[in-house]
Amino acid sequence: MAVEAAEAKIAPVSGTGKVDGGGFIQAVTSRLVIAVPYFWLLLFFLVPFFIVVKISLSQTAIAIPPYTPVFTASDGPSGWWANVREFSFDNYLWLTQDALYFNAYVTSVIIAAISTVLTLLVGYPIAYGMARAPQSLRPVLLMLVILPFWTSFLIRVYAWIGILKPEGLLNQLLLSIGLFSQPLVILNTYTAIFIGIVYSYLPFMVLPLYASLEKMDNSLIEAAQDLGCTPTAAFWKITFPLSLPGVVAGALLVFIPAVGEFVIPDLLGGSQTLMIGRTLWSEFFANRDWPVSSAVAVILLIILVAPIMYFQRAQAQAQEAGR
Amino acid sequence: MNRWSRFNIISVTLGFAFLYLPIVILIVFSFNESRLVTVWGGFSTKWYGTLLSNQGLMDAVWVTARVGVISATIATVLGTMAALALTRWTRFRGRLLFSGMVFAPLVMPEVITGLSLLLLFVSLGFDRGITTVTLAHITFTMCYVAVVVQSRLVSFDRSLEEAAMDLGATPTRTFFAITLPLILPAVVAGWMLAFTLSLDDLVIASFTSGPGATTLPMKIYSQVRLGVTPEINAICTILIGIVSLGVLTASVVNKCREVQRRRDEQAAMRA
Repeated sequence: MAVEAAEAKIAPVSGTGKVDGGGFIQAVTSRLVIAVPYFWLLLFFLVPFFIVVKISLSQTAIAIPPYTPVFTASDGPSGWWANVREFSFDNYLWLTQDALYFNAYVTSVIIAAISTVLTLLVGYPIAYGMARAPQSLRPVLLMLVILPFWTSFLIRVYAWIGILKPEGLLNQLLLSIGLFSQPLVILNTYTAIFIGIVYSYLPFMVLPLYASLEKMDNSLIEAAQDLGCTPTAAFWKITFPLSLPGVVAGALLVFIPAVGEFVIPDLLGGSQTLMIGRTLWSEFFANRDWPVSSAVAVILLIILVAPIMYFQRAQAQAQEAGR
Repeated sequence: MNRWSRFNIISVTLGFAFLYLPIVILIVFSFNESRLVTVWGGFSTKWYGTLLSNQGLMDAVWVTARVGVISATIATVLGTMAALALTRWTRFRGRLLFSGMVFAPLVMPEVITGLSLLLLFVSLGFDRGITTVTLAHITFTMCYVAVVVQSRLVSFDRSLEEAAMDLGATPTRTFFAITLPLILPAVVAGWMLAFTLSLDDLVIASFTSGPGATTLPMKIYSQVRLGVTPEINAICTILIGIVSLGVLTASVVNKCREVQRRRDEQAAMRA
């Protein structure tokens, strides 16, 4: 394949991969190292997507499992063919007929995009400050950014309910200092979702930004300033462009999962807000409509395929560069 | 330019306040005497006592712990293999697809992963329960392990391995005698990451679990929907405590090992 050949040209072939002199057992072992995780991911990651596509073309049925047709080994090829002919695009048609789904997709993408920008605005000064911190302090700061990532997502979202609700701590504070006379309604609005996403995904933004800002060569900025650049101009002409790989990586790490986010809209957004992750969840758990929720998932995946591919390319390039 | 300006200090301080204040508030209110989570009614540890007598919760803790340990262990083995495959073999058939399958689960929305795995299990005729949750958790956590271990393997001095091989060690022996001890911190970190991800996961577990296999996040979620209570704050505080302790211990141990290694290297230089 052309792509593989090109890849092989860029990267030198490593030593242990060669089977010379290792003998038969070594050859088998080295094959296994690749084959075992490979087949695991094929079976549990790739194959399931084809099943989702298949079921999105099926009909809902009151049965176990709740869809038809069901393929069984005993049907034989002719039975399978009959099943395949039962497939239809009705579920996708249904998604286009009900404006709810279209609105949910659009809202999800917009919310994710705005949240990504907000996370970048909040995360950039933090990452920048960390990268400028004294060398001895940096590992501690890094540790402090990573630590919330280890604590449960659910817990961190839950923590905000007590802060944002009408009689919650934020309103108590605002009322007591006399800033407002009425409690603000934040919980169960889109504002709460923005806060939740920015808060939960902040480490994903700060870490790649910090990585790209930290290894930046300071002499470039000094040179720019020596040549008469103001600090602001130097930032926009040098620092920011050089940190772009970090910006891109961070933005993708926030945007892609945020589009399909379920926990944050469900706990902080309330029943009024519309996001596709929640729609899929309620189609599946409340309506028990597996084919329609599969169709929702397929469309969501189609929306996300371009950013995911872009993310993978960026990852692969970073990996080649780090070699 | 190198100095830490006031702007930088303020932005870092505010950033960390934003990151930590909600968690601190949550912990503080788990010790609240009052049943209202937002009004302070005096110090009390009574909510921790009521947790222990909550049988449903304790069952969920047990399920979660079993799923976490088993899935993290298998995910660490598979993830380390995947990382080795990606860094050591730069050309094999389908490498592009393989690296795609390793990186994609990191950003894949959980509802998609959960739904697709559930449909796989139903198609295969698996009974939903602890086994299916464990298989699902292995699949998405092994990719995180692979990324962590891979970053260590990339910055790895290959000459030690080459020396071992020149001295006649087989690749397998070289791996266990040289490579594994050197990448062990990353492998341990990978295991811990896999374990905490499994411990935290709500969405994928909800899709793939069946009756009798309610995990702790599922239990917390069903209670959170009914409202904020001090009991949930208490169980969350315990979870945060366990995870933070684990992470901090691991980083201190790592630090000590590094200091020791440096001392050894210096001693070797002098000798």
